[in-house]
Amino acid sequence: MNKKKWKFTPLQIAAHLGSLIPLALMLWDIANGNLGIDPIRNFTLRTGKTALVLLLLSLACTPVNTLFKFKQVLKLRRPFGVYSFLYASIHFAIFIGLDYAFSWALIQDALLEKRYAIVGLITGLILLALAITSTIGWQRRLKKNWKKLHKLAYLSGLLAVIHYIWLVKQGVLDPWYFAAILLILLSLRLPAIKKAIASLRAKKMQKTAR
Amino acid sequence: MIKIKSSEITSKEEYLSRRDFLKTAGIVTAGAALLAACGAEEEIPATPATSNLPAEEVATDLTQELTAKESVLNYNNYYEFTTDKERVAKLAEDFVFSPWTVEVSGLVNKPQTFGIEDLLSKFTIEERIYRMRCVEAWSMVIPWNGFTLASLLNEVEPTSDAKFVRFETLADPDQMPGLINKLYPWPYQEGLRLDEAMNDLTLLSTGLYGESLAGQNGAPIRLVVPWKYGFKSIKSIVKIELTAEQPSTFWEGIAPNEYGFYANVNPAVDHPRWSQATERRISELKRRETLYLNGYADEVAHLYEGMDPNNLY
Ligand code: HEM
Repeated sequence: MNKKKWKFTPLQIAAHLGSLIPLALMLWDIANGNLGIDPIRNFTLRTGKTALVLLLLSLACTPVNTLFKFKQVLKLRRPFGVYSFLYASIHFAIFIGLDYAFSWALIQDALLEKRYAIVGLITGLILLALAITSTIGWQRRLKKNWKKLHKLAYLSGLLAVIHYIWLVKQGVLDPWYFAAILLILLSLRLPAIKKAIASLRAKKMQKTAR
Repeated sequence: MIKIKSSEITSKEEYLSRRDFLKTAGIVTAGAALLAACGAEEEIPATPATSNLPAEEVATDLTQELTAKESVLNYNNYYEFTTDKERVAKLAEDFVFSPWTVEVSGLVNKPQTFGIEDLLSKFTIEERIYRMRCVEAWSMVIPWNGFTLASLLNEVEPTSDAKFVRFETLADPDQMPGLINKLYPWPYQEGLRLDEAMNDLTLLSTGLYGESLAGQNGAPIRLVVPWKYGFKSIKSIVKIELTAEQPSTFWEGIAPNEYGFYANVNPAVDHPRWSQATERRISELKRRETLYLNGYADEVAHLYEGMDPNNLY
């Protein structure tokens, strides 16, 4: 095995540590009994929010590279995505194991008949598939299909935001901020916009060269 | 007459031990009617429709289910301050609610504007321990202090044309940062049918746990309608108006298919986006089955005879 592969850049280390901070804070709060007034809801919201933020961070890497030609960030797509899946798993585990205490009749009513939960479930399944196939081995095995499969990341971002919009009361703006960010990130991937950015950059280079 | 407004009562534990004392002294068990007559404490029989326990025993049960005062004070839906439940208390810390007046007008013979002190001295403050079921599927059990809305309405004498009661919350942008969200049709308003308003369960609350209401709980005076989802129990009331037409309500104006005028608690009628079959009682781990009319069917089910419960969300 190539030794170089195991060398982490400071940026990667920061991404790993940063992704683990929310989990550390949760464990810290649990250890200290800072559970909030409705602990199940508290940790459901925190894990859900973190999963969404990390998913958007993962989706932000490519556009950041498009805008600033900062190749290093491309290496962060995988860790952010996998950590997003980690938090989504805890989120789901709390829902099934704590909130509904494995009571299948209730879970059926609450999970499979409500659109916000169904959308959450689909998002989670996509993240699961992407996390499993995120290794280099799977990348090699799937060849061209790997790229296609991992395009589903966009869809999962979209569904996660829809999940959020559908579970809050009307007029609560928080999910719409995430929707706006996602929209910007997705639009930065449109070929036309990418071309425009590239030509802008070319012009700027010419200017500085002159 | 004993007024329950003792500021020395601080915690749920102390509060309970005081009740235990009263109980051993034979006061609590002496019977609701007698207590009401001497104006001390009234235990509302909170018998669920299916229970065959004597009313008193069930009421005692509810006493044992009291939600910690800390939770009641720090977990609030009060969008005039913020949509973050655990930050309302902080933002309402400096809420000024004195002087305060409540204007009672509309289809009444004696329209009046009451100062909050007038109300507190005019009516006997009783204690009512009620379940509180939020439309978001969590619940509490809260010992309110207050007087029946009926006693206030009797004072102003609704005319025979009056069929509904409309309530309005203060909307003061200087004190309520949440009003900046212009997507909401401020001021908050709510309504009841006159017979719902006159029901003995319907309370105007001025305190909880034996203390004056805190800003975050709707100081200085709020409605408590225990068989309806919490958003019906409008806070910090400045206006009460008797009307002939069904008044429009805040949440109905935002999403009429989700938050209707009646908003009766009913486990069989789901919110369009989530189930209402169960609820999480604050401080309990396991979900509870939600009770029809929040456990007050005996007292209020007759109000809806002949109406389709599916339309009473
Ligand atoms: C696997 C199925 C899922 C279920 C059953 C589920 C369920 C829930 C529940 C019950 C809530 C709390 C609702 C409330 O009390 O207000 C919630 C909130 C949330 N969930 Fe999920 N969820 C799922 C998957 C996901 C996934 C995969 C993501 C993100 C990648 C996600 C992101 C969120 C967010 C952002 C919130 C709101 C947090 C906030 O309000 O601060 N969920 N979810």
